[in-house]
Amino acid sequence: MENKLLTLLENDATLTPEQLSKMLDKEVGDIKKLILDYEKEGVILGYKTLVDWDKTSREYVTAIIEVKTTPQPERGFDRIAEKIYNYPEVESLYLISGGFDFAIVIQARTLREVALFVAEKLSPISHIQSTSTHFVLRRYKDKGVIYGAAPEVDEREIFGE
Amino acid sequence: MIDYGKILPQKIVEIPKSGIRKYFDMITPDMKDVISLTVGQPDFVTPWHIREAGIQSLETGKTFYTANAGLEELRREINLYMSRRFALDYDPKSEIIVTVGGSEAIDIAMRATLDVGDEVIIPTPSFVCYEPLAKMVGATPVILETFFEDEFKINPDKLKSLITNKTKMIVLPFPNNPTGAIMTKEELEKISDIIKDTNIVILSDEIYAEMTYGTKHCSIATIEGMKERTIVVNGFSKAYAMTGWRLGWVCAPAPITEQMLKIHQYEIMSSPTTSQFAAISALRNGDDDIAYMTAEYDKRRTLIYNKLLEMGIESFEPKGAFYIFPKISQFGLSGEEFCSELLKRYHVAIVPGEAFGKCGEGFARISYAYSVHHITEGLDRMAQFINDIKNGKVK
Repeated sequence: MENKLLTLLENDATLTPEQLSKMLDKEVGDIKKLILDYEKEGVILGYKTLVDWDKTSREYVTAIIEVKTTPQPERGFDRIAEKIYNYPEVESLYLISGGFDFAIVIQARTLREVALFVAEKLSPISHIQSTSTHFVLRRYKDKGVIYGAAPEVDEREIFGE
Repeated sequence: MIDYGKILPQKIVEIPKSGIRKYFDMITPDMKDVISLTVGQPDFVTPWHIREAGIQSLETGKTFYTANAGLEELRREINLYMSRRFALDYDPKSEIIVTVGGSEAIDIAMRATLDVGDEVIIPTPSFVCYEPLAKMVGATPVILETFFEDEFKINPDKLKSLITNKTKMIVLPFPNNPTGAIMTKEELEKISDIIKDTNIVILSDEIYAEMTYGTKHCSIATIEGMKERTIVVNGFSKAYAMTGWRLGWVCAPAPITEQMLKIHQYEIMSSPTTSQFAAISALRNGDDDIAYMTAEYDKRRTLIYNKLLEMGIESFEPKGAFYIFPKISQFGLSGEEFCSELLKRYHVAIVPGEAFGKCGEGFARISYAYSVHHITEGLDRMAQFINDIKNGKVK
């Protein structure tokens, strides 16, 4: 039940408690309470909309920045992570295995803004050794959703066997 | 001038068009917001690995005819699939034919076994093709009605009473389109008790075998003594969302398969090659796809069943396929009136039950091969329509 409800909402946050209750064969009140509990416990962290900004006039640039660090003896990576993720332009931050320690996904308005972020905000953070910035040329798929494809149309015949 | 009345055989002319498409003409171009809940095909796109296998077969130039019965590799995979999923074992060399959808499989099964005057027992409500196809070979359809009160299952006594010395075939359309009924092993055993000492053939249409909810599908061919008289029809359309690929299969004892293969050979040659290569990937790597899609249908099934209940409409809770068959007789309209008024007033298309046999009167088929929001919108409009009826605004 727990996973079913969360999976349904993860795939489509617009499902109403009424719809969910009927899909899962539960009372509406129970579903509302479960969702509220998840929100309180921080299992559900928020609800957002997937927007393909390429279809709008908005100018933006996305970059993936790899960061190499020397972790602090006492606090490991967490302190450095905190310093990075508190910048609002940081969309995602991951601690990763391999040649680098962190991967940052950042969205900014211009290339220059990304450059300034790296030069003025990221690099000065203590224990950061080096960075490597990759600009995103095109987003094909994000959060399981394909971008740039034509909107889905039901092409099945209206009446059919 | 040619007189078509003289050249077209009466046997064919008399066959009515499928009732499912009857209202198609009612949908005018200005009806832009029609919510259709009618179709009998998945809303999923064929899983990518299957499409890719089809594309790859084209890229590598696999554009030839295959063996009449289908690619041997595919028949071997069908054998493995049937034993893995349904505990059935058929010899890929002599007991399996890859057909152009389940429909061709039904057709060649009937043509290979039925003579003029033979009787075919067809349970209804059921898919629209059995009766016309039986008539086309000159056989006589004998209708076995099933009822809401019996969960639309075959009543063994009723079946017994319909068997005559002319009965050649019994069609078993379970899981059932349009009712969502299934037959359990115990219920099938009762059927097998009735026919085990006869020369009656079973045509078991198991195209929805993967879409069962709460129970696993049981094929009558797994019941002792039944395999020798059973023709099992299955296909890729529903389980793998592959309707447009037109691919199915038929499994039967070798003496029947041998005759079916001749018909298939002369009318089809071999099923589409691209589809056959894609189908190999479906059977080999598609079990997870089936699980995913069936779980999706199950949620919608629960949603639609509960929503209808809330609207005060009684339905048999479907146990298979992806349709629900609510009882609409309480509203004082015939199935046709109900469906055409619903379409006219609220632009929601569903199929009247009588399209699936006379005993479907008073019911309607609603397909849940649609997104949750689409189903919700359709049923919300239907609820308004029912309010209109209750308030005397309809008729």
